[in-house]
Amino acid sequence: MAQLVFGYFAGVIAVTAMLVVALRNPVYSVLSLLIMFFHVAGLYVTLHAEFLAAVQLIVYAGAILVLYLFVVMLLNAKQDDRYHRQWRVAGFVCVPLLLELLVLFAGGKMEPSPLFSADQTGPGTDNAKAIGMTLFSTYLFPFEVASLILLVAMIGAIVLAKRDIGGSGA
Amino acid sequence: MTLSAGDLLLILPEILVVAAACTVLAIEPIMTPHQRDGLAWLSLSTLAVCMGLIASQLGNPAEAFGGFIRVDDYACFWKLLLCLVSGLTVLLSYSYLKEERLRVGEYYAFVLLALAGMMVMVSAEDLLTIYLGTELMSLSLYVMAGLKRAEPRSLEASAKYFVLGAFSSGILLFGISLLYGATGSTRLPAIGAALAGHGLDTPLPLVATILLAAGFGFKLAVVPFHMWTPDVYQGAPTSVTAFMAVASKAASFGAFLRVFVEGLGGLKTDWSFLFLLICIATLVLGNSVALVQTNIKRMLAYSSIAHAGYAMIGVVASGRSPELAGNAIGIASVMLYLAFYAFMTFGAFAVVAMLRKGDVEGDEIEDFTGLAKRHPLAALLMLVFMVSLAGIPPTAGFIGKFYVFMSAVEAGLAWLAVVALIFAVVSAYYYLRVVMVMYMREPETSTAASPRLVLSPAISIVLACAIAGVVILGLYPGPLVNLAVQAVQALQ
Repeated sequence: MAQLVFGYFAGVIAVTAMLVVALRNPVYSVLSLLIMFFHVAGLYVTLHAEFLAAVQLIVYAGAILVLYLFVVMLLNAKQDDRYHRQWRVAGFVCVPLLLELLVLFAGGKMEPSPLFSADQTGPGTDNAKAIGMTLFSTYLFPFEVASLILLVAMIGAIVLAKRDIGGSGA
Repeated sequence: MTLSAGDLLLILPEILVVAAACTVLAIEPIMTPHQRDGLAWLSLSTLAVCMGLIASQLGNPAEAFGGFIRVDDYACFWKLLLCLVSGLTVLLSYSYLKEERLRVGEYYAFVLLALAGMMVMVSAEDLLTIYLGTELMSLSLYVMAGLKRAEPRSLEASAKYFVLGAFSSGILLFGISLLYGATGSTRLPAIGAALAGHGLDTPLPLVATILLAAGFGFKLAVVPFHMWTPDVYQGAPTSVTAFMAVASKAASFGAFLRVFVEGLGGLKTDWSFLFLLICIATLVLGNSVALVQTNIKRMLAYSSIAHAGYAMIGVVASGRSPELAGNAIGIASVMLYLAFYAFMTFGAFAVVAMLRKGDVEGDEIEDFTGLAKRHPLAALLMLVFMVSLAGIPPTAGFIGKFYVFMSAVEAGLAWLAVVALIFAVVSAYYYLRVVMVMYMREPETSTAASPRLVLSPAISIVLACAIAGVVILGLYPGPLVNLAVQAVQALQ
């Protein structure tokens, strides 16, 4: 049963991910991306990571995707010849991944190792608390580095996108 | 695990660099253009303090944050090199930015933040921190490549670098996740132990190895993952190109070696074959395409691809050696090669950055015509850098190639050393062509915008450091060799 559910989610993720690059209409691409995000969230639920699933939906499907959709509509990028041949590239990437998935199924080594058992958090601790505790204790250092990455991304976007006001002040 | 003062002390150099970057960002807007020169000196003094701190950490290996970071001699070797190169970049940019009329504030901050990412990369002992360090470095470099916003080529470089870099990061992350799935850990020693235990009973580690090799291949700019290099190196501001060609390559090699030796050491017969193919392809393509370049930045880009190929010989040799000693020689030779490469490549880019034609950069090889007549000293320096890049004694380039080839011979790969030697001879053609243009041709006096050199005290210091590195390390490499050998022992 668990395998079947995983197979459904993984299969849909692979197919919709391929559609994102294969579809000609950018709005359809964005919508397939939305379906993909939902199924990724579904995978998290099967792993008992409800908090992550919620974050996935709120952040990706809720915020980032809407942003994508805005950009697509603002740019008025309709069906375009430029999007023509990409399905081959997409197929080239996704077909091996699908095959890999099938091979893994055929191998029958799908039972999770004890390392990945869902109830690492133990009874009584809820999801969000467990993630918070881990993030700010064990993973403190990577967390701080990630915050620096966000800083760089933010400043970088401003630096590259801003207009020069009254010539550049060197 | 709780945060301890010892942990913070270990990453003090990183903290200082980030603090300096944030200070630069914060105080730049309230400074007058004249005061902004001070930002360069702030960055430089921070880097000097960091180098002192890192040097004091030599010989005391320690782990911080529960094993995410390991500050050992290996990490310190790379960090010293990276801080030095970043310092040279700041000095080189000091006058270059004024010539190009680029904004200084963000520039120095990005140099420092990229450096922080690189320092995390080379001392990380966990795939997660390595990935995050790589991203921090890359994101800063994407922006730096596009800083010349008035020029379409610079923006194209930035966009191209960003798209391909993001793609390669995805591949790297995919490899990391597969490795995590196969071994149950992202910690390199744990991965090493898990793989040494049962080798290859599933194909998963092998697929992960290939993906990691591809991901790092992009960062190292080895064939067939080199496509972005010439365009990005040509389009980016020259001081940024020098920084990318030297520092980002050194940091990537630092992280790459640690991942493949500490984490994937159990699979070394598999990956050494993979890297053998990459190495030969890189040597052949890098050297032969460099022959036909007319733009010096593109030529140096292909040359940097070729040099990654030479360094790769050491990686292959370390994978092929049955005994531990040969393994160490291979890795030490890579580290030495990268250190020597840093000085000569940085020197060459510094000369290119000085050359102006009218109001723009003179970056065609033709622009060097007759430089020996007009600027004999600069031409002489360029001659030494070119000779060193070609690997002719008594320069550092020769010593670097010597150690790499020696490691190949000791690993029973004498034929690879011979192939590399042949391509080193080929490379002499395109390096010496620059020398020929400088010395053998008369300068054109008729043209109005004849190329000229922009001299400044800061750039003189850069050139002096680079030439000192090339010549002194070429004649007396002993101390650096000892440091590298000592550093490699920390790795095992």
